[in-house]
Amino acid sequence: MTTNILPLLPIIIPFFTGIVMLFTGRRPLAHRVMAAVGSLLALIATIWLTIHVYQSGTIVTYLGSWVAPFGISVVIDMAAALLLLTTAIITMFTVIYSFQSIGIEREKYYYYVMVMFMITGVNGAFSTGDIFNMFVFFEVFLLASYVLITLGGTKIQLQEGFKYILVNLISSNFFVLGLAYLYSVTGSLNMADIYNKLSAFEGNYSIMTLVAVLFIFVFATKAGVFPLYFWLPGSYYAPPMPILVLFGALLTKVGVYAIARTYSLFFIDNVDFTNQILLLIALATVVMGSIGALSYTDMKRIIIYNILIAVGVILVGVAMMDQTGLVGAFYYLIHDMLIKAALFMLVGYLIYRTGETGIQKLGGLIKLHPWTGWMFFIAAMGLTGVPPLSGFYGKLFIVQSTFENDHYISGIIVLLSSLAVLYSVIKIFIGVFWGSDMDFSKLRPIKSDKILFASFAMVILSVVFGLAADALYPLFDMAAQSFYDPASYSNYLTEVE
Amino acid sequence: MKQTLKKTGHDKADRQMNDVFLQFTAKLVFLIVIMFSFNLFFAGHYTPGGGFVGGLLAAAALILLLIAYDKKTLQRMVPIDFRLIITSGLTFAVGLPTLSFLFGTPFFTHQHTHIEIPVFGDVALHSAVLFDLGVFLTVAATALLIIVLVGEAEN
Repeated sequence: MTTNILPLLPIIIPFFTGIVMLFTGRRPLAHRVMAAVGSLLALIATIWLTIHVYQSGTIVTYLGSWVAPFGISVVIDMAAALLLLTTAIITMFTVIYSFQSIGIEREKYYYYVMVMFMITGVNGAFSTGDIFNMFVFFEVFLLASYVLITLGGTKIQLQEGFKYILVNLISSNFFVLGLAYLYSVTGSLNMADIYNKLSAFEGNYSIMTLVAVLFIFVFATKAGVFPLYFWLPGSYYAPPMPILVLFGALLTKVGVYAIARTYSLFFIDNVDFTNQILLLIALATVVMGSIGALSYTDMKRIIIYNILIAVGVILVGVAMMDQTGLVGAFYYLIHDMLIKAALFMLVGYLIYRTGETGIQKLGGLIKLHPWTGWMFFIAAMGLTGVPPLSGFYGKLFIVQSTFENDHYISGIIVLLSSLAVLYSVIKIFIGVFWGSDMDFSKLRPIKSDKILFASFAMVILSVVFGLAADALYPLFDMAAQSFYDPASYSNYLTEVE
Repeated sequence: MKQTLKKTGHDKADRQMNDVFLQFTAKLVFLIVIMFSFNLFFAGHYTPGGGFVGGLLAAAALILLLIAYDKKTLQRMVPIDFRLIITSGLTFAVGLPTLSFLFGTPFFTHQHTHIEIPVFGDVALHSAVLFDLGVFLTVAATALLIIVLVGEAEN
């Protein structure tokens, strides 16, 4: 009974919450309560799910009772469970953050409904075991994100939203094309089944390299990887902060997850070529992200370029495809989702309070907001990876793995990128909180208790995650195992037979 | 069509257009199209068709009325709130698969049975129809809502 219901709860709960909100019509206050309750329920469900997966291993359910390779299966291994849990945490705090920041007009026009539908898609993409179904869920969350990015209809939103829609439509087309190739080669869409077939196949399947290139094109566009990140800084700059928190923390990470999943399960033959390409573009992403983060003095842009650096660092870990690299990639993935949400929230508070995004016009805010200032400092240290905080473990494992695999230059680039990250965020801290006082009379009197509650909670959570990293190691080892040892992911099929 | 008439300088364009042929034919064709859409909807389980196509066709039938008359007349003919229809469609489409948990089966497992009805004889009942009804309502109402909104924006 639990195996039937539990894996679907993270998908069903946000969807039902959205539907109930639609029934109540344009009542922002009712929507707030329902969104908060719905995301809390999703959080409880994902905690339960994570515990269940930890105790009894990968949990599988077959939709419509169709047997595995033929029907759609929902497979939740530890990697998916951890991502679902992190998504639920971020959703809950972003919803609370939105109460005082998104504005009543957007709330009236079904803002929370769209957030819930987007979370449905994100959770579905994390938990499905069928590659075509993953495409469907990609479309679900992309459709909701099209609404979110243009909701409010300001000029910049429409301009950048159009770009965003165009880029994503094109890459989705190539996704279907890649799926068609994959299906014509393997004759299956179930990811575990594809792995079983490919690993048992003796002959030459160099066509899989072509499929790998197509897939990397698609997912690199979604995740914002070099050279296809061109749309990301512009498009993410347009929507208001709470939406940016969700986009920055969740959407690019779905692309990263999809790259890790497909590269570990499908592209196992010509590893020299496929993983090398992945490593190269990951490093280029790190470098380009660092250049962007160093060159801007606009708070929002600096943090957006930091997304690129993080995506690159995670993919370096994935490209190593060994235990250390993947444990590192997973630590860094979860860490980055938490810390990016925290940083975006804090930067959002500064923008709402001052009405400015440029660093030069601000200064001396530590006198008025000491707590926010030091929380920002902690978050900045966490993002850089200063030892007791959460960023350290991920980077440690990733760099260790690059050295073990003789990719010394990659390791050094990852380490140097930490310096760029440190410089870019400390630039914000020094510029905004220290320095000569700005004109305090220009500050806006906003209600901020819920904004600050959500931001501080995210910072504290990331600190706790860093301190508890050692205790959480078994979970991350389990999560990484389904990637470096894909047979452990796909053996649910053989158990059935 | 009103817009086109106005552009060409037709002076009586502000009054309601009374194209007798279009309106009479529209009423007749509406009936045929809507019946065909129901036919497609019920054919969907074993033969080509289903909720999605049926819904699109139903929307097309209503849009035909919208073109022949205007928005006010359409609302008097079909006094429904499209948003509510979309929502109830979604409820059917997600609620029904969830109900399969009550039977202890995985999500989306359908239940079916046969019953005897005096005139029709043996009739198969399948819960997939209710799911498809949800798809039908959602698709029809969404298509209509989009076209009505786009039409409003023009004025």
